Amino acid sequence: MTIQPTHSSRRILLPVRQWFILFSLAVAFFLNLIPLGHAIGVPDWVALTLAFWCVREPLRIGMGTAFVFGVLMDVAAGSVMGQHSLAYLLLAYAAGGLSRRILWFPLVQQALHVLPLLLATQLVMVATRLAGGADFPGWGYFLGSFSGALLWFPLTFVLLLPQYQPVERDENRPI
Amino acid sequence: MSVVGHQPPPFFKRGPAPLARLAFFVVLSLALLVFDLKYRYLELARQGVAAVLYPVQRAAYAPVDLYGQLTGYFGSLKAAQQENEQFRRKELESANWLLRQQHLEQENQRLRALLDMKTKQPVPGTLAEILYTARDPFSRRVVVDRGGQHDVVAGQAVVDESGVLGQVTRVFPLQSEVTLITDKNQAVPVKLVRNGLRSVLFGAHAGQLELRFLAANADVQPGDLLVTSGLDGIYQPGLPVAKVSRVDRDAAYSFARILCEPVAGVEKHGQVLILGAREPLPPQIEEAEARDKPSKGRKAKRKEQAAQP
Repeated sequence: MTIQPTHSSRRILLPVRQWFILFSLAVAFFLNLIPLGHAIGVPDWVALTLAFWCVREPLRIGMGTAFVFGVLMDVAAGSVMGQHSLAYLLLAYAAGGLSRRILWFPLVQQALHVLPLLLATQLVMVATRLAGGADFPGWGYFLGSFSGALLWFPLTFVLLLPQYQPVERDENRPI
Repeated sequence: MSVVGHQPPPFFKRGPAPLARLAFFVVLSLALLVFDLKYRYLELARQGVAAVLYPVQRAAYAPVDLYGQLTGYFGSLKAAQQENEQFRRKELESANWLLRQQHLEQENQRLRALLDMKTKQPVPGTLAEILYTARDPFSRRVVVDRGGQHDVVAGQAVVDESGVLGQVTRVFPLQSEVTLITDKNQAVPVKLVRNGLRSVLFGAHAGQLELRFLAANADVQPGDLLVTSGLDGIYQPGLPVAKVSRVDRDAAYSFARILCEPVAGVEKHGQVLILGAREPLPPQIEEAEARDKPSKGRKAKRKEQAAQP
Protein backbone atom coordinates (compact mmCIF):
# COMPACT_ATOMS: atom_id res chain seq x y z
CA MET A 1 0.00 0.00 0.00
CA THR A 2 1.56 3.23 -1.09
CA ILE A 3 0.35 6.67 -0.35
CA GLN A 4 -0.23 8.94 -3.26
CA PRO A 5 1.22 12.37 -2.47
CA THR A 6 -1.18 14.59 -4.34
CA HIS A 7 -3.43 17.20 -2.87
CA SER A 8 -5.71 18.07 -5.73
CA SER A 9 -9.36 18.38 -4.90
CA ARG A 10 -10.17 15.61 -7.41
CA ARG A 11 -8.58 13.13 -5.06
CA ILE A 12 -11.26 11.25 -3.13
CA LEU A 13 -10.42 11.01 0.55
CA LEU A 14 -11.83 8.77 3.22
CA PRO A 15 -14.18 10.55 5.63
CA VAL A 16 -12.45 12.20 8.55
CA ARG A 17 -12.85 10.83 12.06
CA GLN A 18 -13.96 13.24 14.76
CA TRP A 19 -11.54 11.83 17.32
CA PHE A 20 -8.62 12.50 14.99
CA ILE A 21 -9.58 16.18 14.70
CA LEU A 22 -9.69 16.53 18.48
CA PHE A 23 -6.50 14.51 18.87
CA SER A 24 -4.62 16.75 16.42
CA LEU A 25 -5.87 19.83 18.26
CA ALA A 26 -4.72 18.32 21.56
CA VAL A 27 -1.27 17.66 20.08
CA ALA A 28 -1.15 21.25 18.81
CA PHE A 29 -2.09 22.46 22.27
CA PHE A 30 0.71 20.39 23.77
CA LEU A 31 3.18 21.86 21.26
CA ASN A 32 2.02 25.33 22.25
CA LEU A 33 2.72 24.55 25.90
CA ILE A 34 6.39 23.78 25.33
CA PRO A 35 8.07 26.73 27.03
CA LEU A 36 10.34 28.38 24.49
CA GLY A 37 10.32 31.73 26.22
CA HIS A 38 9.67 34.61 23.89
CA ALA A 39 11.36 32.96 20.90
CA ILE A 40 10.53 34.77 17.68
CA GLY A 41 8.84 33.02 14.79
CA VAL A 42 7.32 30.09 16.67
CA PRO A 43 3.91 29.47 15.10
CA ASP A 44 0.75 29.25 17.13
CA TRP A 45 0.07 25.55 16.54
CA VAL A 46 -3.48 25.62 17.85
CA ALA A 47 -4.45 28.51 15.58
CA LEU A 48 -2.87 26.76 12.61
CA THR A 49 -4.54 23.40 13.24
CA LEU A 50 -7.84 25.08 13.96
CA ALA A 51 -7.64 27.01 10.70
CA PHE A 52 -6.84 23.79 8.87
CA TRP A 53 -9.85 21.87 10.19
CA CYS A 54 -12.18 24.83 9.82
CA VAL A 55 -11.18 25.04 6.16
CA ARG A 56 -11.36 21.29 5.60
CA GLU A 57 -14.37 20.34 7.72
CA PRO A 58 -16.45 23.45 8.40
CA LEU A 59 -19.45 21.33 9.39
CA ARG A 60 -17.64 19.27 11.99
CA ILE A 61 -15.58 21.88 13.74
CA GLY A 62 -16.24 25.52 14.32
CA MET A 63 -16.57 28.29 16.80
CA GLY A 64 -17.49 26.21 19.86
CA THR A 65 -14.27 24.18 19.71
CA ALA A 66 -12.30 27.32 18.94
CA PHE A 67 -13.72 29.01 22.01
CA VAL A 68 -12.94 26.09 24.32
CA PHE A 69 -9.37 25.77 23.08
CA GLY A 70 -9.02 29.54 23.36
CA VAL A 71 -9.98 29.48 27.04
CA LEU A 72 -7.56 26.60 27.68
CA MET A 73 -4.81 28.53 25.92
CA ASP A 74 -5.60 31.65 27.95
CA VAL A 75 -5.04 29.76 31.18
CA ALA A 76 -1.98 27.90 29.97
CA ALA A 77 -0.29 31.01 28.60
CA GLY A 78 -1.11 33.07 31.66
CA SER A 79 -2.67 35.76 29.48
CA VAL A 80 -5.91 37.63 30.00
CA MET A 81 -9.01 35.43 29.91
CA GLY A 82 -10.81 35.91 26.61
CA GLN A 83 -7.77 36.97 24.61
CA HIS A 84 -7.12 33.69 22.81
CA SER A 85 -10.76 32.66 22.80
CA LEU A 86 -11.84 35.82 20.98
CA ALA A 87 -9.00 35.55 18.46
CA TYR A 88 -9.55 31.82 17.75
CA LEU A 89 -13.26 32.42 17.47
CA LEU A 90 -12.87 35.01 14.74
CA LEU A 91 -10.31 32.77 13.03
CA ALA A 92 -12.74 29.84 13.05
CA TYR A 93 -15.54 32.01 11.69
CA ALA A 94 -13.42 33.43 8.87
CA ALA A 95 -11.83 30.08 7.98
CA GLY A 96 -15.21 28.35 7.95
CA GLY A 97 -16.69 31.06 5.77
CA LEU A 98 -13.78 30.96 3.33
CA SER A 99 -13.46 27.19 3.22
CA ARG A 100 -15.43 26.71 -0.03
CA ARG A 101 -13.19 29.25 -1.74
CA ILE A 102 -9.85 28.20 -0.28
CA LEU A 103 -10.17 24.51 -1.18
CA TRP A 104 -10.34 25.31 -4.87
CA PHE A 105 -6.76 26.56 -4.88
CA PRO A 106 -3.49 24.63 -4.90
CA LEU A 107 -1.58 24.49 -1.63
CA VAL A 108 0.66 27.51 -2.16
CA GLN A 109 -2.31 29.75 -2.75
CA GLN A 110 -4.14 28.14 0.15
CA ALA A 111 -1.23 29.17 2.36
CA LEU A 112 -1.49 32.69 0.98
CA HIS A 113 -5.14 32.69 2.02
CA VAL A 114 -4.32 31.41 5.48
CA LEU A 115 -1.57 33.94 6.16
CA PRO A 116 -3.89 36.96 6.51
CA LEU A 117 -6.19 34.88 8.71
CA LEU A 118 -3.32 34.06 11.08
CA LEU A 119 -2.12 37.66 11.01
CA ALA A 120 -5.63 38.87 11.85
CA THR A 121 -5.71 36.42 14.77
CA GLN A 122 -2.52 37.93 16.14
CA LEU A 123 -3.79 41.45 15.51
CA VAL A 124 -6.90 40.72 17.56
CA MET A 125 -4.71 39.50 20.42
CA VAL A 126 -2.50 42.58 20.23
CA ALA A 127 -5.56 44.85 20.15
CA THR A 128 -7.14 43.21 23.21
CA ARG A 129 -3.93 43.39 25.20
CA LEU A 130 -3.04 46.96 24.22
CA ALA A 131 -6.58 47.97 25.22
CA GLY A 132 -5.84 46.35 28.57
CA GLY A 133 -2.70 48.44 29.01
CA ALA A 134 0.00 45.90 28.14
CA ASP A 135 3.27 46.54 26.37
CA PHE A 136 3.65 46.11 22.58
CA PRO A 137 5.69 42.93 22.07
CA GLY A 138 7.56 44.17 18.98
CA TRP A 139 7.13 43.40 15.29
CA GLY A 140 8.91 40.06 15.62
CA TYR A 141 5.73 38.80 17.24
CA PHE A 142 4.02 38.68 13.85
CA LEU A 143 6.70 36.40 12.36
CA GLY A 144 4.86 33.46 13.93
CA SER A 145 2.10 33.85 11.33
CA PHE A 146 4.55 33.69 8.44
CA SER A 147 6.18 30.52 9.72
CA GLY A 148 2.70 29.12 10.30
CA ALA A 149 1.71 29.83 6.69
CA LEU A 150 4.95 28.16 5.51
CA LEU A 151 3.94 25.08 7.50
CA TRP A 152 0.63 24.79 5.67
CA PHE A 153 2.05 22.32 3.13
CA PRO A 154 3.56 19.78 5.61
CA LEU A 155 0.57 20.23 7.89
CA THR A 156 -1.88 19.33 5.12
CA PHE A 157 0.11 16.22 4.34
CA VAL A 158 0.33 15.07 7.96
CA LEU A 159 -3.24 15.81 8.95
CA LEU A 160 -4.73 14.17 5.86
CA LEU A 161 -2.59 11.02 6.20
CA PRO A 162 -5.37 8.94 7.84
CA GLN A 163 -7.74 9.87 5.01
CA TYR A 164 -5.62 8.88 2.05
CA GLN A 165 -6.61 5.74 0.16
CA PRO A 166 -4.28 3.20 -1.31
CA VAL A 167 -3.54 3.79 -4.98
CA GLU A 168 -4.12 0.21 -6.05
CA ARG A 169 -7.64 -0.52 -7.11
CA ASP A 170 -9.45 -3.33 -5.43
CA GLU A 171 -12.14 -5.05 -7.46
CA ASN A 172 -14.24 -5.53 -4.34
CA ARG A 173 -14.36 -1.80 -3.81
CA PRO A 174 -15.99 0.51 -6.35
CA ILE A 175 -13.80 3.58 -5.82
CA MET B 1 -43.66 12.65 10.24
CA SER B 2 -40.97 10.27 11.29
CA VAL B 3 -41.28 6.55 11.03
CA VAL B 4 -39.02 4.36 13.12
CA GLY B 5 -35.80 3.82 11.19
CA HIS B 6 -36.67 6.53 8.70
CA GLN B 7 -35.37 9.75 10.27
CA PRO B 8 -35.16 12.77 8.00
CA PRO B 9 -31.61 13.12 6.67
CA PRO B 10 -29.47 15.42 8.83
CA PHE B 11 -28.30 17.61 5.93
CA PHE B 12 -30.33 20.61 6.89
CA LYS B 13 -29.95 20.48 10.68
CA ARG B 14 -27.10 22.87 11.16
CA GLY B 15 -28.07 24.70 14.29
CA PRO B 16 -28.17 28.48 14.52
CA ALA B 17 -26.72 30.57 11.70
CA PRO B 18 -22.94 31.11 11.81
CA LEU B 19 -23.33 34.83 12.37
CA ALA B 20 -25.63 34.25 15.35
CA ARG B 21 -23.17 31.76 16.82
CA LEU B 22 -20.32 34.19 16.23
CA ALA B 23 -22.21 36.98 17.97
CA PHE B 24 -22.96 34.74 20.96
CA PHE B 25 -19.35 33.63 21.41
CA VAL B 26 -17.94 37.11 20.81
CA VAL B 27 -20.17 38.48 23.55
CA LEU B 28 -19.03 35.63 25.81
CA SER B 29 -15.35 36.34 25.09
CA LEU B 30 -15.74 40.07 25.61
CA ALA B 31 -17.48 39.36 28.92
CA LEU B 32 -14.54 37.16 29.93
CA LEU B 33 -12.11 39.90 28.92
CA VAL B 34 -13.89 42.61 30.87
CA PHE B 35 -14.41 40.45 33.95
CA ASP B 36 -10.76 39.44 33.99
CA LEU B 37 -9.20 42.82 33.19
CA LYS B 38 -11.51 45.03 35.18
CA TYR B 39 -12.84 43.01 38.09
CA ARG B 40 -10.50 39.99 38.40
CA TYR B 41 -13.48 37.71 39.09
CA LEU B 42 -12.11 34.78 37.14
CA GLU B 43 -9.15 33.79 39.31
CA LEU B 44 -11.03 30.82 40.75
CA ALA B 45 -11.97 29.48 37.30
CA ARG B 46 -8.38 30.00 36.21
CA GLN B 47 -7.11 28.07 39.23
CA GLY B 48 -9.43 25.17 38.39
CA VAL B 49 -8.41 24.93 34.75
CA ALA B 50 -4.75 25.38 35.67
CA ALA B 51 -4.94 22.49 38.14
CA VAL B 52 -6.26 20.24 35.38
CA LEU B 53 -3.63 21.47 32.94
CA TYR B 54 -0.73 21.11 35.39
CA PRO B 55 0.36 17.56 34.38
CA VAL B 56 0.20 18.52 30.70
CA GLN B 57 2.29 21.57 31.37
CA ARG B 58 4.88 19.55 33.26
CA ALA B 59 4.99 17.05 30.40
CA ALA B 60 5.49 19.89 27.90
CA TYR B 61 8.30 21.22 30.06
CA ALA B 62 10.10 17.85 29.92
CA PRO B 63 11.80 18.31 26.51
CA VAL B 64 13.13 21.72 27.51
CA ASP B 65 14.32 20.30 30.81
CA LEU B 66 16.01 17.39 29.04
CA TYR B 67 17.73 19.76 26.64
CA GLY B 68 19.00 21.86 29.54
CA GLN B 69 20.30 18.78 31.33
CA LEU B 70 22.01 17.46 28.22
CA THR B 71 23.75 20.74 27.47
CA GLY B 72 24.70 20.98 31.13
CA TYR B 73 26.12 17.46 31.02
CA PHE B 74 28.12 18.02 27.88
CA GLY B 75 29.08 21.55 28.89
CA SER B 76 32.77 21.82 29.45
CA LEU B 77 34.35 21.16 32.80
CA LYS B 78 36.18 24.42 32.46
CA ALA B 79 32.99 26.45 32.64
CA ALA B 80 32.06 24.73 35.88
CA GLN B 81 35.53 25.35 37.31
CA GLN B 82 35.39 29.00 36.35
CA GLU B 83 32.01 29.35 37.97
CA ASN B 84 33.30 27.67 41.10
CA GLU B 85 36.25 30.04 41.21
CA GLN B 86 33.94 33.00 40.77
CA PHE B 87 31.69 31.89 43.60
CA ARG B 88 34.66 31.31 45.92
CA ARG B 89 35.95 34.81 45.25
CA LYS B 90 32.51 36.26 45.83
CA GLU B 91 32.16 34.34 49.08
CA LEU B 92 35.49 35.65 50.33
CA GLU B 93 34.52 39.18 49.35
CA SER B 94 31.26 38.98 51.22
CA ALA B 95 32.73 37.09 54.19
CA ASN B 96 33.81 40.36 55.74
CA TRP B 97 30.21 41.56 55.83
CA LEU B 98 28.67 38.23 56.70
CA LEU B 99 30.97 37.62 59.66
CA ARG B 100 30.15 40.98 61.13
CA GLN B 101 26.46 40.79 60.36
CA GLN B 102 25.63 38.49 63.27
CA HIS B 103 27.47 40.77 65.63
CA LEU B 104 25.76 43.83 64.18
CA GLU B 105 22.34 42.25 64.37
CA GLN B 106 22.84 41.38 68.01
CA GLU B 107 24.04 44.88 68.71
CA ASN B 108 21.06 46.28 66.85
CA GLN B 109 18.69 44.13 68.88
CA ARG B 110 20.24 45.27 72.14
CA LEU B 111 20.11 48.93 71.13
CA ARG B 112 16.51 48.57 70.02
CA ALA B 113 15.68 46.91 73.34
CA LEU B 114 17.40 49.80 75.14
CA LEU B 115 15.40 52.32 73.15
CA ASP B 116 12.23 50.28 73.78
CA MET B 117 11.52 49.94 70.06
CA LYS B 118 9.80 47.07 68.34
CA THR B 119 12.39 44.55 67.21
CA LYS B 120 12.61 43.82 63.52
CA GLN B 121 11.37 40.38 62.68
CA PRO B 122 13.67 38.08 60.76
CA VAL B 123 12.39 37.43 57.24
CA PRO B 124 11.85 33.80 56.29
CA GLY B 125 12.34 32.85 52.67
CA THR B 126 11.52 29.99 50.33
CA LEU B 127 14.06 28.82 47.78
CA ALA B 128 12.53 28.34 44.35
CA GLU B 129 13.72 27.63 40.86
CA ILE B 130 12.64 29.47 37.75
CA LEU B 131 11.13 26.86 35.44
CA TYR B 132 10.43 28.89 32.33
CA THR B 133 9.30 32.22 30.96
CA ALA B 134 5.54 32.47 30.63
CA ARG B 135 4.37 32.21 27.03
CA ASP B 136 2.45 35.49 27.07
CA PRO B 137 4.60 37.87 24.96
CA PHE B 138 2.81 40.96 26.24
CA SER B 139 4.16 40.78 29.77
CA ARG B 140 7.37 39.79 31.50
CA ARG B 141 6.64 36.91 33.82
CA VAL B 142 8.35 33.71 34.85
CA VAL B 143 7.00 30.56 36.44
CA VAL B 144 8.71 29.18 39.55
CA ASP B 145 8.36 25.71 41.04
CA ARG B 146 6.90 26.71 44.41
CA GLY B 147 3.21 27.36 44.92
CA GLY B 148 0.33 27.36 47.35
CA GLN B 149 1.40 23.97 48.71
CA HIS B 150 4.66 25.57 49.87
CA ASP B 151 2.87 28.51 51.53
CA VAL B 152 3.62 30.98 48.79
CA VAL B 153 1.14 33.86 48.79
CA ALA B 154 0.46 36.36 46.01
CA GLY B 155 2.23 39.62 46.74
CA GLN B 156 5.49 38.23 48.11
CA ALA B 157 8.72 39.76 46.87
CA VAL B 158 11.19 37.62 44.91
CA VAL B 159 14.94 38.29 44.99
CA ASP B 160 18.04 36.65 43.61
CA GLU B 161 21.59 36.88 44.94
CA SER B 162 22.10 40.46 43.77
CA GLY B 163 18.75 42.22 44.01
CA VAL B 164 15.00 42.37 43.57
CA LEU B 165 13.63 40.26 40.73
CA GLY B 166 9.90 40.79 40.98
CA GLN B 167 6.77 39.90 42.82
CA VAL B 168 4.55 36.82 43.03
CA THR B 169 1.34 37.75 41.25
CA ARG B 170 -0.53 34.49 40.81
CA VAL B 171 -0.29 31.33 42.89
CA PHE B 172 -1.20 27.87 41.68
CA PRO B 173 -1.05 24.77 43.92
CA LEU B 174 2.43 23.68 42.79
CA GLN B 175 3.69 26.65 40.80
CA SER B 176 3.46 30.38 40.95
CA GLU B 177 3.82 33.19 38.50
CA VAL B 178 6.31 35.97 39.21
CA THR B 179 5.95 39.31 37.46
CA LEU B 180 9.41 40.72 36.82
CA ILE B 181 10.21 44.31 37.69
CA THR B 182 10.81 44.96 33.97
CA ASP B 183 7.09 44.43 33.26
CA LYS B 184 5.37 47.61 32.14
CA ASN B 185 2.70 47.44 34.83
CA GLN B 186 4.98 46.52 37.71
CA ALA B 187 5.91 49.39 40.02
CA VAL B 188 8.54 49.32 42.77
CA PRO B 189 8.81 52.16 45.28
CA VAL B 190 12.51 52.98 45.53
CA LYS B 191 14.89 55.51 46.95
CA LEU B 192 18.34 56.67 45.91
CA VAL B 193 21.08 55.45 48.21
CA ARG B 194 23.17 58.60 47.71
CA ASN B 195 20.62 61.18 48.83
CA GLY B 196 17.49 59.31 49.94
CA LEU B 197 15.36 60.69 47.11
CA ARG B 198 12.13 58.67 46.88
CA SER B 199 10.40 57.68 43.65
CA VAL B 200 8.66 54.83 41.86
CA LEU B 201 10.34 52.55 39.33
CA PHE B 202 8.41 51.16 36.35
CA GLY B 203 9.32 48.66 33.66
CA ALA B 204 10.28 50.07 30.27
CA HIS B 205 11.17 48.62 26.88
CA ALA B 206 13.80 45.94 26.34
CA GLY B 207 14.38 44.84 29.92
CA GLN B 208 15.07 48.35 31.18
CA LEU B 209 13.45 50.32 33.97
CA GLU B 210 12.29 53.88 34.13
CA LEU B 211 12.24 56.22 37.11
CA ARG B 212 9.15 58.33 36.66
CA PHE B 213 7.78 61.52 38.13
CA LEU B 214 11.08 63.09 39.13
CA ALA B 215 11.52 66.79 38.38
CA ALA B 216 13.84 67.73 35.52
CA ASN B 217 16.35 69.16 37.97
CA ALA B 218 16.24 66.20 40.37
CA ASP B 219 19.60 65.18 41.79
CA VAL B 220 20.06 61.89 39.91
CA GLN B 221 23.30 60.83 38.24
CA PRO B 222 24.18 57.83 36.08
CA GLY B 223 25.57 55.13 38.31
CA ASP B 224 23.34 55.86 41.30
CA LEU B 225 22.07 52.77 43.10
CA LEU B 226 18.33 52.46 43.80
CA VAL B 227 17.09 50.38 46.72
CA THR B 228 13.56 49.59 47.82
CA SER B 229 12.14 52.24 50.10
CA GLY B 230 9.78 49.86 51.91
CA LEU B 231 6.95 52.37 51.83
CA ASP B 232 4.68 49.93 50.02
CA GLY B 233 4.63 47.37 52.81
CA ILE B 234 5.57 44.60 50.36
CA TYR B 235 9.29 44.85 49.70
CA GLN B 236 11.72 44.90 52.59
CA PRO B 237 13.44 48.28 52.72
CA GLY B 238 17.01 48.44 51.44
CA LEU B 239 17.01 45.70 48.78
CA PRO B 240 19.04 46.76 45.73
CA VAL B 241 16.82 47.12 42.66
CA ALA B 242 18.54 48.99 39.84
CA LYS B 243 21.34 51.25 38.74
CA VAL B 244 20.72 54.51 36.88
CA SER B 245 22.14 54.15 33.39
CA ARG B 246 21.02 57.30 31.57
CA VAL B 247 19.48 60.63 32.53
CA ASP B 248 17.86 62.83 29.86
CA ARG B 249 16.95 66.30 30.99
CA ASP B 250 14.78 68.02 28.41
CA ALA B 251 13.62 71.52 29.26
CA ALA B 252 10.45 70.92 27.24
CA TYR B 253 9.21 68.37 29.76
CA SER B 254 8.69 68.94 33.44
CA PHE B 255 9.95 65.45 34.32
CA ALA B 256 13.38 64.01 33.65
CA ARG B 257 13.60 60.78 31.67
CA ILE B 258 15.70 58.43 33.77
CA LEU B 259 16.51 54.93 32.52
CA CYS B 260 17.89 52.25 34.82
CA GLU B 261 19.34 48.77 34.50
CA PRO B 262 18.14 46.08 36.90
CA VAL B 263 20.76 44.84 39.37
CA ALA B 264 19.38 41.30 39.57
CA GLY B 265 19.71 38.87 36.67
CA VAL B 266 16.11 39.60 35.72
CA GLU B 267 16.08 37.94 32.32
CA LYS B 268 18.22 34.97 33.35
CA HIS B 269 17.12 31.66 34.78
CA GLY B 270 18.20 30.12 38.04
CA GLN B 271 17.50 29.95 41.73
CA VAL B 272 15.53 32.66 43.44
CA LEU B 273 14.37 33.38 46.97
CA ILE B 274 10.72 34.16 47.70
CA LEU B 275 10.78 36.42 50.74
CA GLY B 276 8.19 35.93 53.45
CA ALA B 277 5.39 38.40 53.88
CA ARG B 278 6.34 41.59 55.70
CA GLU B 279 4.91 42.61 59.01
CA PRO B 280 1.97 44.91 58.27
CA LEU B 281 2.60 48.64 58.19
CA PRO B 282 1.17 50.76 61.00
CA PRO B 283 -2.42 51.81 60.25
CA GLN B 284 -2.90 54.96 58.24
CA ILE B 285 -3.46 58.09 60.23
CA GLU B 286 -7.16 58.85 60.21
CA GLU B 287 -6.75 62.57 60.69
CA ALA B 288 -6.73 63.17 56.94
CA GLU B 289 -10.08 61.46 56.61
CA ALA B 290 -11.53 63.62 59.35
CA ARG B 291 -10.24 66.74 57.62
CA ASP B 292 -11.96 65.74 54.37
CA LYS B 293 -15.38 65.76 56.03
CA PRO B 294 -15.36 68.72 58.39
CA SER B 295 -19.16 69.06 58.57
CA LYS B 296 -19.61 65.56 59.93
CA GLY B 297 -16.84 66.11 62.45
CA ARG B 298 -18.36 69.35 63.65
CA LYS B 299 -21.75 67.75 64.01
CA ALA B 300 -20.26 64.97 66.03
CA LYS B 301 -18.45 67.51 68.21
CA ARG B 302 -21.65 69.43 68.75
CA LYS B 303 -23.41 66.24 69.72
CA GLU B 304 -20.63 65.48 72.16
CA GLN B 305 -20.86 68.96 73.62
CA ALA B 306 -24.61 68.59 73.87
CA ALA B 307 -24.23 65.28 75.61
CA GLN B 308 -21.65 66.52 78.11
CA PRO B 309 -23.67 68.99 80.25
